[in-house]
Amino acid sequence: MFGKLTLSAIPYDVPILVGTFIGAAIAGLAVVGLITYYGKWGYLWREWLTSVDHKRIGVMYIVVALVALFRGFADAIMMRSQLALAYAGNPGYLPPHHYDQIFSAHGTIMIFFMAMAFMQGLMNIVVPLQIGARDVAFPFVNTLSFWMTTISFLLVNVSLFIGEFSQCGWLAYPPLSEQQFSPGVGVDYYIWAVQLSGVGTLLTGVNFFATIVKMRAPGMTYMRMPVFTWTIFCTTVLIMVAFPILTVAMGLLGLDRYLGMHFFTNDGGGNQMLYLSVIWGWGHPEVYILVLPAFGAFSEITQTFSRKPLFGYKTMVYATASIMVLSLVVWVHHFFTMGAGPNVNAFFGIMTMIIAVPTGVKIFNWLFTMYKGRIEFHATMYWVIGFMITFSIGGMTGVMLAIPASDFVLHNSLFVIAHFHNVIIGGVYFGYVAAMNFWFPKSFGFKLNEAWGKRAFWCWFIGFYVAFMPLYVVGFEGMTRRMNHYDNPEWHPWLLIAEAGAVLIACGIVCQLTQLYVSIRDRNLAENRDLTGDPWNARTLEWSTSSPPPFYNFAILPEVHELDAFAHDKEAGIDTRRAGGDYQPIHMPKNTACGFLIGAFSFVLGFGAIWYIWWLAAVGLIGVIATVIARSADNDVDYYVPVSEVARIEQEHTHNLMAAQAAE
Amino acid sequence: MADHISSSGEGHGSVGSYLTGFVLAVILTVAAFGLVMSHAMSPSATGGAIALLAVVQIVVHLIYFLHMNGSSEQRWNVMAFTFTVLSVLVLVAGTMFIMHDTAINMMSR
Repeated sequence: MFGKLTLSAIPYDVPILVGTFIGAAIAGLAVVGLITYYGKWGYLWREWLTSVDHKRIGVMYIVVALVALFRGFADAIMMRSQLALAYAGNPGYLPPHHYDQIFSAHGTIMIFFMAMAFMQGLMNIVVPLQIGARDVAFPFVNTLSFWMTTISFLLVNVSLFIGEFSQCGWLAYPPLSEQQFSPGVGVDYYIWAVQLSGVGTLLTGVNFFATIVKMRAPGMTYMRMPVFTWTIFCTTVLIMVAFPILTVAMGLLGLDRYLGMHFFTNDGGGNQMLYLSVIWGWGHPEVYILVLPAFGAFSEITQTFSRKPLFGYKTMVYATASIMVLSLVVWVHHFFTMGAGPNVNAFFGIMTMIIAVPTGVKIFNWLFTMYKGRIEFHATMYWVIGFMITFSIGGMTGVMLAIPASDFVLHNSLFVIAHFHNVIIGGVYFGYVAAMNFWFPKSFGFKLNEAWGKRAFWCWFIGFYVAFMPLYVVGFEGMTRRMNHYDNPEWHPWLLIAEAGAVLIACGIVCQLTQLYVSIRDRNLAENRDLTGDPWNARTLEWSTSSPPPFYNFAILPEVHELDAFAHDKEAGIDTRRAGGDYQPIHMPKNTACGFLIGAFSFVLGFGAIWYIWWLAAVGLIGVIATVIARSADNDVDYYVPVSEVARIEQEHTHNLMAAQAAE
Repeated sequence: MADHISSSGEGHGSVGSYLTGFVLAVILTVAAFGLVMSHAMSPSATGGAIALLAVVQIVVHLIYFLHMNGSSEQRWNVMAFTFTVLSVLVLVAGTMFIMHDTAINMMSR
């Protein structure tokens, strides 16, 4: 009846987990209680959970990403604390069984649910506005993508309290992840979470590709597209190429585990090496899926706060496109030591060094954009400059690892950990936070507090160096990754320093939370309000509409005459909004609960399959199929916004604009 | 939004073209099963032959079911398809290169 699920699967004898559960339960009850107290359930359901509005979905994505950040960071600081303690006679406080789950969960959560969710949130908020569209190409698919990501993250968190999580690292290499060596449900949680969130990501990729190809404002040719849109365009292409590979890899591993097949097993003709090749065929493009949008955000921010157009727009576009192609031919550098010969390693080593070239081009583009610009040292700009320094160092250690001979020394050591945190924190995370600071007023109509933003930056920036530079050192000294305990006295001081760095980063996260709190508290102060819709005097179309934008984005679709359309219009004295013009009824999609329902049924399917509760899995699967059929048969999916409504909303914004100009 | 995506630029085929495609697909599938079940060729030749049949099968699906052709409205589809083929080739050929080299180098075969 309940498959593998018994009472012993609940870890009530592990004090850390019991404490976490109590904490999570109290926090959850508090949120539920507050929503009930203020009577906001209906509002939440109608306006957010069932919304197909890309701006709202984007905000929800980022909320999920921030929750994932806390979970992932909690794992991180537990690992650092364990390594600060677990020296010589002290076993530390995390037994290997628990420690292995923590590092696996940390990687899985940070990549799939922090970074991916954050990235998809940003593209949801920005891209349709930036290309002058009213929504994405497939609004229903968009809400479905969001829910698939969210329920997968939920699945990972359920594994904390029911059963266990994978202990095989964030990519679950076989044969360790096979039934023979991991008979528990941990790897199954991993497979289902990754598989279901992969569906969501792939749909997002298709959706935004179609949006960018088909729905750009009149006059916006490809070479007039903002750089952020270009980077998202290349990212969606990579998603469509790479995510099916992940699906296949997880599928084959799942067949091994569930049906006793032998794709990657030790015996029966399996070949675990093939898994490495396949999973990294996804894994390396994934790195660029994450970092390209960050590059796009840096470009927008640099040109806005340097008060001049981006240096070398075309080289930026070509660099992005060549990174997109090259990222498909470098994947072996993750497993040079597997045993392939010098031919293979030399080819992929050289390709890896080549991919550093377009990335370097971009760094120079940003530098030359700042050169002789009138740079405003806004908090957002701090993240950009911090990124350029940090990412360059990370890029250089990456080229070191691209040399197969030196990789044989450094493979699987903490040097690798230091390297990829160097590029992922310094590149991806700094970029997303900068983007969040930059586009926050567009989403909510008020700015984020700058003082706290700068404090957060300094804590993160210094914290990063204190936490990860020591790992380069111990990596050179031969300390391998995923180690639970050590007795080398030379490593101990460095790991204590790294622990201090993790504490500094924790301060950075606290500063970010404070920044959100302070900004929301002071949202009605005149200096924080964004009445014009263009708080930074920026260059692209998303700033031409109000903040927050009306749900239909643009009453009249803007005409694009040049690159940086909005900047051009401002200089030429053209009203991009064409306020008071000839409004037409606007065709909009209706909200739908189907995305939420398919997500919920997929969760049931995943949970049932993880625990071998087959009737429950069947319920989930049938639910998914039935919801899809019901949705397909539903013709009542859209409506027209009447002209009077459009005119009223636009009138209100014009009024605000004039008031803001008069105040200046 | 429906009015933005309806203009994908191609017809949706006729009953005749769907039937042609279906018959071709059935023939190709049966041929693949037949080759394996009849043991008419050596194992390696059988592998090559069914791979070839699979590629032809893909082309049949693309033409008859996904309505792909060389006309100008289809430029995006053809471009996307070319890129897909290219990336699949890179991955398949790359994986074969890597796995073959590993097998030789590690004397695992």
